[in-house]
Amino acid sequence: MKKETAAVIYQETIAENIKSLVLRVSFAGEAVPGQFISLYSADKSRMLPRPISICQVNREAGTLRLVYRLAGAGTREFAELVPGDSVEVLGPLGNGFPVEEYKDKNVLLIGGGIGIPPLLQAAYELDHPSFAVGYRSETYLYEDMQAVGNVYVSTEDGSLGTKGNVLDAIREHDVHPDAAFACGPLPMLRALKVWAENENIPLYISMEERMACGVGACLACVCKTTDVDGHSHVKNARICKDGPVFPAKEVDLT
Amino acid sequence: MSGFEPKTEVNIAGVVLKNPVMTASGTFGSGMEYGEFFDLSKLGAVVTKGVADVPWPGNPTPRIAETASGMLNAIGLQNPGIDVFISRDLPYLAKYDTKVIVNVCGHSEEEYLNVVRRLAETDADMLEINISCPNVKEGGIAFGTDPKAVEAITKAVKREAKQPVIMKLSPNVTDIKVMARAAEAGGADAISLINTLTGMKIDIERGKFALANRTGGLSGPAIKPVAVRMVYEASHAVSIPVIGMGGITTGEDAVEFLMAGARAVSVGTANFRDPLASLKVAEGIRDFLVRKQIGDVNDIVGIVS
Repeated sequence: MKKETAAVIYQETIAENIKSLVLRVSFAGEAVPGQFISLYSADKSRMLPRPISICQVNREAGTLRLVYRLAGAGTREFAELVPGDSVEVLGPLGNGFPVEEYKDKNVLLIGGGIGIPPLLQAAYELDHPSFAVGYRSETYLYEDMQAVGNVYVSTEDGSLGTKGNVLDAIREHDVHPDAAFACGPLPMLRALKVWAENENIPLYISMEERMACGVGACLACVCKTTDVDGHSHVKNARICKDGPVFPAKEVDLT
Repeated sequence: MSGFEPKTEVNIAGVVLKNPVMTASGTFGSGMEYGEFFDLSKLGAVVTKGVADVPWPGNPTPRIAETASGMLNAIGLQNPGIDVFISRDLPYLAKYDTKVIVNVCGHSEEEYLNVVRRLAETDADMLEINISCPNVKEGGIAFGTDPKAVEAITKAVKREAKQPVIMKLSPNVTDIKVMARAAEAGGADAISLINTLTGMKIDIERGKFALANRTGGLSGPAIKPVAVRMVYEASHAVSIPVIGMGGITTGEDAVEFLMAGARAVSVGTANFRDPLASLKVAEGIRDFLVRKQIGDVNDIVGIVS
């Protein structure tokens, strides 16, 4: 975990309002799938870091690929970064997906919307990954995923794959993995939690919340847990430090 | 300038801090998360996040929102309670050569006193009583906006406390001088200010409050001029030491508070932008003293009066 100035290696637009940014950092060797880094605005009137998940790790080159959506003034500023520029970062943060434990299992990586990017590096570190991903209409990272495993696509408008959501695609293709890792909007995670219980498989979900410190001190980004958490001994775990990945059965998504 | 080493020790109610920089309660946990970034022994004191007599779950999320040069928070004082705090957090802090100031919160006088009594058995150096949190419904700010209540809770705490007592004041009052005098009249050993200013943000895309709690406490550089003014007023209203805070990001910011009348300062929201912020503020104060060839930090305290 380090705060440092990262060099911008490359940036491109890969879909409407979706950017792919490659940064050189000193800590790429430590980064694991499902972790995130904080990016800081050069404009000091924007005090808080923007947490962005790690999409791809190149340990030899010492680079991280971040795929993010333009959501406000902070991300619009990052979208202007070009090779030769630099940006303040803190990372790697959070725990990450349990790729070691499930390395030789059939793991379904389930992503909705901007929840898809952190699944890619997880796929690289698993022996038998496949994907179930949901888009509104336009796809992104599709070819990257196809290069590593089967991709079951769903789109809300039916322009590609199954018309509907990720669960519709999973059912249409009759997919029954040994375990699943998921990242995406809350309604998707809720539905997947029920699905995983019925399938009787372990499901790990990556949670999201507004963050301030990114290191577990400020207690802004908590999620409700079914048991008392280890830090505050209430039922609110810190997403930035205790997560962002939790076993779905330990998170109260109601 | 080589060889010139200014004195940076300050004395708050008999407790000597190696430098005037501490951490603002709620922004630094109990130091553990920041101890991974730098040696906490380089700080004058660590002020812990507020601790209550039992664990508090805090408010629903979203708990924070960014604002221009600042942020709103409505964490709601999530904390593990005094038992875990004494068994886990205090031993961690004891490893460092820094003073430990425990921030105490409660919904009622009895709840504050339950914590104060437990802390009497510990090595905590000072207590900071949070009577100014805008994000809990009972206690907190309810005590901090009425001078009679400020004096009464201060007296009650002082009767039970074994350590010097700092009363943390709210800026959400008409006249900060009245509150400062009430704390002094109640026997406070020091006062700290300012806590956050109550604010609100609307998410216009969703047509909803940005925070689940609707209102939150505004902090960060946006509030610094308000804080400097209040520190100036309070320090001229009382003879006990004043600890100043509100938007301090650099050594120069801290010097402003010291010149306004603060004996020590706290770094808060800046920790979220840079985990080393408090350390850099301490170094920045020293650099200022060296540049100005001032031999003792105490010589700039209150010089604008």
